[in-house]
Amino acid sequence: MLSLTTSTVAAEFAYWQTSGFKLLMAFVAVLIPAGTTVYLYLFKMVSFMQSRLGPMEAGPYGSLQLLAELGKNAQKEDIVPARADVLVFKLAPYVVLLSTFLLVLVVPWGPDAVFADFDTGIFFALAVSSVSVIGILMAGWASASKYSLLGGLRAAGQLIAYELPLVLAVVGVVIQAGTLNMQGIVAAQIEGEIFGWGAIGNPFILTQIVGFLIFMVAVQAELTQVPFDMPIAESELVSGYMTEYSGFRFLMFFIGEFATANIFAFLAAVLFLGGWGVPPFVADALFADGNYSQWMNVIGPLVMATKMLALTFIIYWVRFTYPRFREDQLQTFAWKYLIPISLVNIAVTGFLKVVL
Amino acid sequence: MTLATILAQAADGALTETGQWVANVFFYVMAAVAIAAGLKMVTTANVVHAALYLLVVLSAVAGTYVILGAEFAAVTQVLVYLGAIMVLLLFGVMLTRAKLGTDDDLDHEQRWIGALVAAAMFAVMSYSVIEAFGTEELPLTQQPQTTQQVADEIFSTYIVPFEALSVLLLAALIGAVVVARRD
Repeated sequence: MLSLTTSTVAAEFAYWQTSGFKLLMAFVAVLIPAGTTVYLYLFKMVSFMQSRLGPMEAGPYGSLQLLAELGKNAQKEDIVPARADVLVFKLAPYVVLLSTFLLVLVVPWGPDAVFADFDTGIFFALAVSSVSVIGILMAGWASASKYSLLGGLRAAGQLIAYELPLVLAVVGVVIQAGTLNMQGIVAAQIEGEIFGWGAIGNPFILTQIVGFLIFMVAVQAELTQVPFDMPIAESELVSGYMTEYSGFRFLMFFIGEFATANIFAFLAAVLFLGGWGVPPFVADALFADGNYSQWMNVIGPLVMATKMLALTFIIYWVRFTYPRFREDQLQTFAWKYLIPISLVNIAVTGFLKVVL
Repeated sequence: MTLATILAQAADGALTETGQWVANVFFYVMAAVAIAAGLKMVTTANVVHAALYLLVVLSAVAGTYVILGAEFAAVTQVLVYLGAIMVLLLFGVMLTRAKLGTDDDLDHEQRWIGALVAAAMFAVMSYSVIEAFGTEELPLTQQPQTTQQVADEIFSTYIVPFEALSVLLLAALIGAVVVARRD
């Protein structure tokens, strides 16, 4: 994800070349982390947690299992139910994937390594993340199956409820950083000081720990992961809105779900863990010659990947250890606890921002 | 020169002559998509399809906002209309009456009066816009508004309308709760 738009190298590449490179990198940024976490956590970690080995046949320690799954799904028949609304049914997975690819646009991986450095950064990310709900509703309705419709409706109700704490949890960070721009939020954390002590910057997880916890809970719900998996509850709804999908279209929903989990982890890393930055005392020791920003374009993606893996570990850990919420508990939790707490968090942050 | 270049230049505020031409084309494409989807929305015989066409209209309008340099308005449009209002609308429609296939009672005998009202509305609005801003041209070098500028304007120049709207929305919210309560 090394950007080619820095002033030193810009002259060597035409605009269409950097655009093509960015397009290629968008696929890398969506698919590689998704594949990594699916293998590491969904295949292996859950197996170890359940005292079994998981996939072992395809490649060493089953590391090629993903390719096998890809091949299996790609050659399956693309079935459309007889009474389904064909066009809407076929479009739905694309809408979900579109939301994933729009999300990845604003994630910064280094000082220049970013697809699009929007002024409205995080606001844009929160806006496009809600587009996936439309895809889920389309899938649920067009499948002409009562399980799918119920799953789609549950998903919509849940995503509306948890969209609010997600947005409100971010507001605290935005107030503290003073900007919506993702690079601005990263810079605010690197340059920040804790009562005049700037050795580790000021990662917002220290001051916004409430926001961070609410954000991670809301992300878990947005991704319809256990314990918030009422929309695809397999013991009641077969597989919810995905019930009627097979082959490649099912694979698209699958990729969309896990890639979005990674991108939300990336966003959480940017908002609360300092993004691509390393603690200033490390940076000072390593880059005494002042090549900081050049090197961070290379190291930044690795730093981001490390933080993302740590955060997705938490997401999957919760997913494999908790029982499912009941529908009313799920709604109560969002409306009666998360939203009031995040509103208090905003008020306190705003108050302290003015006072300090 | 690709469309993305033009868009990038539009975002930087340094719009060239070609850039302006392509931006105009993009604007008219977006507008055409919005109008076509709007027509399909009122003529389609399936209520969910109508909602999905409305979604296309709102997305196309968000696209025109981007072209006009109003990034914050475009993102707000996506968050509020696509992410919240349309999801609620689809949710409501699917929960109550969402037949697959065609639905005969979506037509109404007063459709021509409705079309007349819409045409009159269009005439009045386009007349007033052309009358007010018909000959004005924005300079090519004008910078698009940043989020900070929008925020500063809202909380200084437009603070009274902003607060009035807040109170209005709060009243509507409380009204909705009162209407929806069973006891």
